Amino acid sequence: MDLLVDGFAKAIALLTSLDQEVLAITLLSLKVSVTATLISLVLGISSGTLLALADFPGKRLIVSIVNTGMGLPPVVVGLFVTIFLWRNGPFGYLDILYTPTAMIIAQAVIATPIVCGITVASIQNLPPNLRLQILALGATRLQMVLILIKEARLPLLAGVMAGFGGVISEVGASIMVGGNIKGYTRVLTTATVMESGMGNFDMAFALSIILLLLCFAINYLLTRIQQRERPR
Amino acid sequence: MKIWKQFSLLLAAVTACIAFGLPAPASAASKSIILATTTSTQDSGLLDVLIPIFEKESGYLVKTIAVGSGQAMAMGMKGEADVLLVHSPDAEKKFMAEGFGTTRRLVMHNDFIIVGPASDPARIRSAKTSVDALKRIAQSGSLFLSRGDNSGTHAKEKGLWKGAGITPAGQKWYQQTGLGMGLTLNVAAEKKGYTLTDRATYLALRKNLGLAILMEGDAKLLNVYHVIELNTAKWPKINAAGGKAFADFMVSRKTQEVIGKFGVKKFGSPLFFPDAGKKPETLGL
Repeated sequence: MDLLVDGFAKAIALLTSLDQEVLAITLLSLKVSVTATLISLVLGISSGTLLALADFPGKRLIVSIVNTGMGLPPVVVGLFVTIFLWRNGPFGYLDILYTPTAMIIAQAVIATPIVCGITVASIQNLPPNLRLQILALGATRLQMVLILIKEARLPLLAGVMAGFGGVISEVGASIMVGGNIKGYTRVLTTATVMESGMGNFDMAFALSIILLLLCFAINYLLTRIQQRERPR
Repeated sequence: MKIWKQFSLLLAAVTACIAFGLPAPASAASKSIILATTTSTQDSGLLDVLIPIFEKESGYLVKTIAVGSGQAMAMGMKGEADVLLVHSPDAEKKFMAEGFGTTRRLVMHNDFIIVGPASDPARIRSAKTSVDALKRIAQSGSLFLSRGDNSGTHAKEKGLWKGAGITPAGQKWYQQTGLGMGLTLNVAAEKKGYTLTDRATYLALRKNLGLAILMEGDAKLLNVYHVIELNTAKWPKINAAGGKAFADFMVSRKTQEVIGKFGVKKFGSPLFFPDAGKKPETLGL
């Protein structure tokens, strides 16, 4: 129990004193995960909408694959991305292994199926005749798609939260492709693993609290946007 | 649609933050080296002291990948590192013989110790040698935690078991964590088991552990660290100049002094003993 009290006190001390290193680690976590989430939104919402609206043989199979991808284990993604980014691997010439860029790529791979799967479900959950109505009112196909996405915004925002929550909290991929390099690719989760490995449980606990606060702040913001305007 | 305006504003703000704030990887990548090393050099805090000095002097960005010595050498064999700092002498000799490294220089040593609960159920405190201690642990069936990760420490441990003529794998009292040294020590403390550890990691973590040193000082328990430069003939993409700069830095007189003083203030004794330039025979290798 002492540990919890110590850790909490340390978290508050670190936050109030604006410890440079912890601040940098927190900002990097935010940058990497937000960028990855943004990329996954572009990829996931567009592919998810396409998947929900188009009809083609094998659609069920593809949707099941996407839904499986929602639970993609971060270490598996980390391993694959590492193999691809190795110097002597297919994308070695990019020279981005053990950089924040590599972490963004890995996290985007983790978040995209989550966003895509939730997009498919939310678009398909709209009233089936809505499409016909919109088209009957003279909308172009592109306008129709945009209106459908707009109509599905509440569950889509839930998808954003799920995607972001998935990547800010993952450690397996970040530590493999980022390497937990001090001052360069060390993020909150990898620092927590390292500090607990070094027996600094109070520090590890303090970092966890900062991570939780960060998640809460982002989700609070998104929830406010989501709940401001309920569909009537 | 107010909500979309808000949402896009938020997106724009976040994107701006990221665009301005992300470190530029391109500039860093051209002058960086990958150091593959063992967990003990990181968990003890030594690298946190040395790396900033080297980065400042040389201008290289060091990407430290702290894994076990076995994995570090595997990275070297695949050309995925530029320089190694490892402590698994037998495996290192094989590594050099196969032509993966160009030079291998002695950097420092400390020693391995066997730690365990102060109650010492296997009575290894009175054992004369490390091999004898392991025999007693096996005979009494006391829990022993192994790294099980092909690290330098794990290699040493396997050598000791072999010397004792015991095959511990598969025994009920023998558990492999597959974790780094720091975490393995924590598991041993939690389960009240014995484990083999390097002294530096143990001293750095001692305050939270409640494990006692039960066997030390045996010549077989020597723990020697070498820095290895890698062979560009095998993998042309290796940054040999950067690797050499780091290796030279590790054996320089100034760095050796820093190594010798590291931990003295905090633990009362050094965690590593500098050995650069010494002949391996003087250490009893």
